[in-house]
Amino acid sequence: MSIIDPIELPVPYSVDEINREFWKLCSTHILHFQQCQGCGHWRHLPRYMCSKCGSPDWHWAPSSGKGVIFSWTVVHQPMHPAFGGKTPYASVIVEMEEGVRIVSQIPELLIEDLKLDLPVEVYFEQRTDDVTLPFFKVIE
Amino acid sequence: MSFKDKTAIVGIGETDYVKGSGRSEVDMMLEASRKAIADAGMKPSDIDGIIPPPGYTYSEELAANLGVEDLRYAATINMGGASPNAAIQHAAIAIASGVCNSVLITLGWNGYTAMRPKPGQPPGRSAGIAVLNNAIQGFYLPFGVSAPVQMYSWLAMRHKQMYNTPDEATGHIAVACRKHAHLNDKAFMRGREMTMDDYLASRWVSEPMRLFDCCLETDGAAAVVITRADIAKDTAHKPVYIMGAAEGHPYPADDIATRPDPFRIGLSFATPKALEVADIKIHDVDFLQIYDCFTYVVMLQMEAMGLCERGEAYDFVKDGNIELGGRYPLNTHGGLLSQAHVWGLNHTTEAVRQLRGTAGESQVKDAELGLVTGWGDLGDGSIVILRN
Repeated sequence: MSIIDPIELPVPYSVDEINREFWKLCSTHILHFQQCQGCGHWRHLPRYMCSKCGSPDWHWAPSSGKGVIFSWTVVHQPMHPAFGGKTPYASVIVEMEEGVRIVSQIPELLIEDLKLDLPVEVYFEQRTDDVTLPFFKVIE
Repeated sequence: MSFKDKTAIVGIGETDYVKGSGRSEVDMMLEASRKAIADAGMKPSDIDGIIPPPGYTYSEELAANLGVEDLRYAATINMGGASPNAAIQHAAIAIASGVCNSVLITLGWNGYTAMRPKPGQPPGRSAGIAVLNNAIQGFYLPFGVSAPVQMYSWLAMRHKQMYNTPDEATGHIAVACRKHAHLNDKAFMRGREMTMDDYLASRWVSEPMRLFDCCLETDGAAAVVITRADIAKDTAHKPVYIMGAAEGHPYPADDIATRPDPFRIGLSFATPKALEVADIKIHDVDFLQIYDCFTYVVMLQMEAMGLCERGEAYDFVKDGNIELGGRYPLNTHGGLLSQAHVWGLNHTTEAVRQLRGTAGESQVKDAELGLVTGWGDLGDGSIVILRN
């Protein structure tokens, strides 16, 4: 953390163990989502049971890491002080090949180049000693 | 059992709408409640049901202050900004089924002051919106999204990209609300002109939302009293009957990013049910009080309710159609955008004035049927259909 950036960027707050596991798996640098062991349905956000077939049995399955841009917003007025020096920035929703969607950023992509269905793939950056977050880059 | 026409709104009350109340939320809610009960020609002991907002106070505290000794119905609706409007259906159901006779609904907050705490100021009471903690704190905030304007902008941006909606569509919504505010001496933006050019020139907050797509931040409170139809006949004003109402939740309601169809919002589910109860068509209504925390949210609701087809809101809002004198006057008090933001309960008080025929300069001629919507949390919706 730089000394000229006294406000730390926020890390995920996990309401329970399933969420903590999702983030812990990011340290493997492979994105994992829950997959139902009853019907194979992928899901995110983490849930306790499958909304499709009702099964409580699931496992963490590796994602291809690839997806497309589903939507975004370009933030000009930061609502959290840690993002104060970073505007304008885009927060995006990525739709993964598995069908789930995840909120992230595509830091290297120019704002004017954002468009629906642009193919992207995941990469990882360490935010703190304990927390690694998934970001995306455009697939060339 | 249908609750159609079995209950009526008979009292309305509001505090001044200000930036900097210097008062507690409860104090303001009690003022609005006293006014609403008096407006009905009732006394506090006539109230036997209370629906407070999800935060800032609770039914027992309001009852203890007002002197409601026999509280038979105390419920709290957890739908964020949609809560006060959704509470109207709950009141109608409770009364129509004989649980209680007269329900007080109130909302008050320091929507301006609490966002700007002075150094050393003790923390105030908060709204507890547990449903939002998981998705926002867990999965959005690390990537720079934590406020409604940002999350709703995900919906707005996809809509804009898919349907090429011109910026003037939301501009017409902002301008109509501002024009109506000029007629309302309780409107915060009264007298402050805003043209389409002003709208288009306003700064970005979170694209595609500009400053003038965003509502006001207000300190204040409002309240309404609902009673049984036979009791309503003997109250102080012309009763405003609750013809139909419904609430709806998008799926999944607690995560805005992962819905199969992002434009299938709470109102998409609620509207057919409310119209069925009221036995009317959406195009029968004489005016629209649509929850306008943001202009894009108004547009999404118009399309979800079937006032126009998806992607065609621009054709619906242009040419003065949503201004006084047009076919569907929108937010005739100025709305959250230009009157005040008290979680839309001011939409209800304005609808009651319209249907009593006491809306003054803003009166919609021969208004008989009114529509009020609520929007809250991550797209929960409520709809109430009122008649005189």
